[in-house]
Amino acid sequence: MSAPPVSHAVLCRFGELFLKGGNRGIFEQTLAKNIRRAVADVPGARVETPHGRVIVHAPADRIEDACARLERVFGLVSISSVVETAADVEAIEAAAVTAALAAIERDPARGASFRVQARRSDKRFPLSSLDLAARVGAKVAAATGMPVKLVGAALTIGIEVSSTSGFVFADTRAAPGGLPAGTSGHGLLLLSGGIDSPVAGWLSAKRGLSLDGLYFHSPPFVGEKSKDKVVSLARVLASWQALRTLYVAPFTDVQKRLRDAGPAELAVVLYRRMMMRIADRIADRTRAMSLVTGENLGQVASQTVPNLTTIENAARHLVLRPLVTYDKMETTALARRIGTYDISALPYEDCCSLFVPPHPATAARVQDAERAEARLEAGVDAEADAVADATEKIDLT
Amino acid sequence: MIYLDNAASAPPAPEVLTAMTAAAGSLFGNPSSAHGLGAAATRALEEARAQVAALLRASPQDIVFTSGGTEADALAVLGVAGAARGRHLVVSAIEHPAVLRSAELLTARGFRVTLVAPGRDGVITPTAVAAAVESDTALVAVMLVNNELGTVQPVAAIGRALAASGAGPHLHVDAVQAAGFLPLSVQALGADSIAISGHKFHGPKGAGALWIRKGAKLAPLWDGGRQERGLRSGTENVPACVALGRAAALVLAAQADIDHMATLRDRLEARIFAALPGSAPTVAPGTPRAPHIASITIPDLPGEPVLHALEARGVFASAGSACASRTRGPSHVLAAIGVPDSAAVLRLSLSRFTTPAEVDAAASALGEAVAEVAEVAAGGRRAKGRT
Repeated sequence: MSAPPVSHAVLCRFGELFLKGGNRGIFEQTLAKNIRRAVADVPGARVETPHGRVIVHAPADRIEDACARLERVFGLVSISSVVETAADVEAIEAAAVTAALAAIERDPARGASFRVQARRSDKRFPLSSLDLAARVGAKVAAATGMPVKLVGAALTIGIEVSSTSGFVFADTRAAPGGLPAGTSGHGLLLLSGGIDSPVAGWLSAKRGLSLDGLYFHSPPFVGEKSKDKVVSLARVLASWQALRTLYVAPFTDVQKRLRDAGPAELAVVLYRRMMMRIADRIADRTRAMSLVTGENLGQVASQTVPNLTTIENAARHLVLRPLVTYDKMETTALARRIGTYDISALPYEDCCSLFVPPHPATAARVQDAERAEARLEAGVDAEADAVADATEKIDLT
Repeated sequence: MIYLDNAASAPPAPEVLTAMTAAAGSLFGNPSSAHGLGAAATRALEEARAQVAALLRASPQDIVFTSGGTEADALAVLGVAGAARGRHLVVSAIEHPAVLRSAELLTARGFRVTLVAPGRDGVITPTAVAAAVESDTALVAVMLVNNELGTVQPVAAIGRALAASGAGPHLHVDAVQAAGFLPLSVQALGADSIAISGHKFHGPKGAGALWIRKGAKLAPLWDGGRQERGLRSGTENVPACVALGRAAALVLAAQADIDHMATLRDRLEARIFAALPGSAPTVAPGTPRAPHIASITIPDLPGEPVLHALEARGVFASAGSACASRTRGPSHVLAAIGVPDSAAVLRLSLSRFTTPAEVDAAASALGEAVAEVAEVAAGGRRAKGRT
């Protein structure tokens, strides 16, 4: 018997979208669009969305490339490299035997035991799911000699049958879950070269935000390598479709004037209030509806509730702080998973520590900050306008 | 642009680039091949070897080409340790990481390492080295010119002290910052191996050499086609070696440049000290130094912002500090000679192409850069006073 024609694909599964009721269509469309973008550079990849599922077809030797990109698409909970056959019992049996043999060859430990899990979405298919599993199981057992083990099997052969095709797979990989980037609207991430802010951006993109980044650069006290480092971080986030564009705001001059305007211990709060004002302006221009920061409660001396209140007071947009309750170790572990940790750990400084006083205030009040800001000759708004106007735009796509 | 970071990497000389490009295009044959193209590549390689040997006043058959200074140092330290019976190493505390970390690797293989501290002048004394040697010392490593301070180490005297004590360890000399900047002679140095690197003297990156005294025992670090007398298997990087040879010939023919650089270094330092009250030479005046490295200490200032403020004025240099929080990677050299944590140490390194006008412009740019950073840093110090 010659093997029937098969084609290779990646079956994509999504999770929370089922909760979305009337909006489900929009979520599925956004997810499909994000998946198309993710595999746009995989030669021969083609995305299809039959009957509420997403299937990425690709030549056999490009499947691994496609999987590597799909593992980074928010909204997907898992993916499987599948063989697509006709919706026909014999074809499915043959594909299951091939998949089982290939899986054992890759990892002999998986030959210890197996089970078959079948699902049919088209009830006109002649066999019930259980009967199909039993028939395919018998073929696989005969071809490989493996015992069946319904609980704790070393190898699970998955089968899904639609009205037109059968899909057979032996592996399922986790995808990040969450919601498709863009379905929660657009935001602006205040991005530095540190460990926290890239993680904050990733977490908010995972909840459906699409983001641009804003980095405050302080030349000449901070070197080119610090900026390059932030661009590298932005590119990692872009590989998750968590960031589209990076804005680089020249911060030195206003930073000097703020430092001279107020008492030194207030400097950090004054800088951050000005960053919020500049971010508001960039957000207006990019139609972002929220600002995302890597701020945390208590990680450094100045990150107190009074200080965060005084900082937030300067912002017009909603400020999201995904890491506010995270321990440093939790953030670091996520940074490693995302792929930003090794870049963040590079030693080039940003936002020049030169400007940071050794003992910042821990309970800065709005009126104290405003009194200092009133000493700015041009006024806070003109200062923020000037920086926003001088901001450089770097396209990450 | 005023480039005063030549000790990090010196721009390749135009003749070097020409020689490398030509060799990369035409001498593509494998020197190990039996045919005429292999023979042409071998001839070019051997001519380069002779040029490198001439720079060291050594014999060409004692030169092994490497991928640069780090590999040459590693081949010496790890190679000697691999062939010796002794299980002890004596290493100066101000060596380049290429030597220090190779020695550190050996501690995992059961070797003991004694670090010899320099004086406050950044110089290792022969007495201190001789005192550290034990009966099973396999290798002593002391660099000829320290890369951060420019201090010249009394290597010949160290060699004599080792000989006088009757001890027979291998003396390895990292001469990466010396080649092209001091007249070199393997006989006068009394070393058993000497490492050099092409891109420090206007040659290419990825090319260096280890001179090895005849009879010195070294084990190769890996095996393969047994090129370079079996000590460095792998097809030779012919264009880079040709360019290295060309660079060696150029600096050898221009020994007068050594005085030119020393004069400019003194002029640079004098102008900086005049423009910046409080700045001082990192090592005491009168300490023997290579002609191309000026090391300036500025108290109570972070080095890296000064460097970037200098860069904004078109001057490229290096900075270090003794303390990890002030710069990326604290300097073991500055810590070893007792530079305070709070000070910035700037290294301005010259080349034979540096001009008096560049030196003068760099000194006044440094004055401005320090003033700019000090003005900003004053905010932080003000806060310190209040709390």
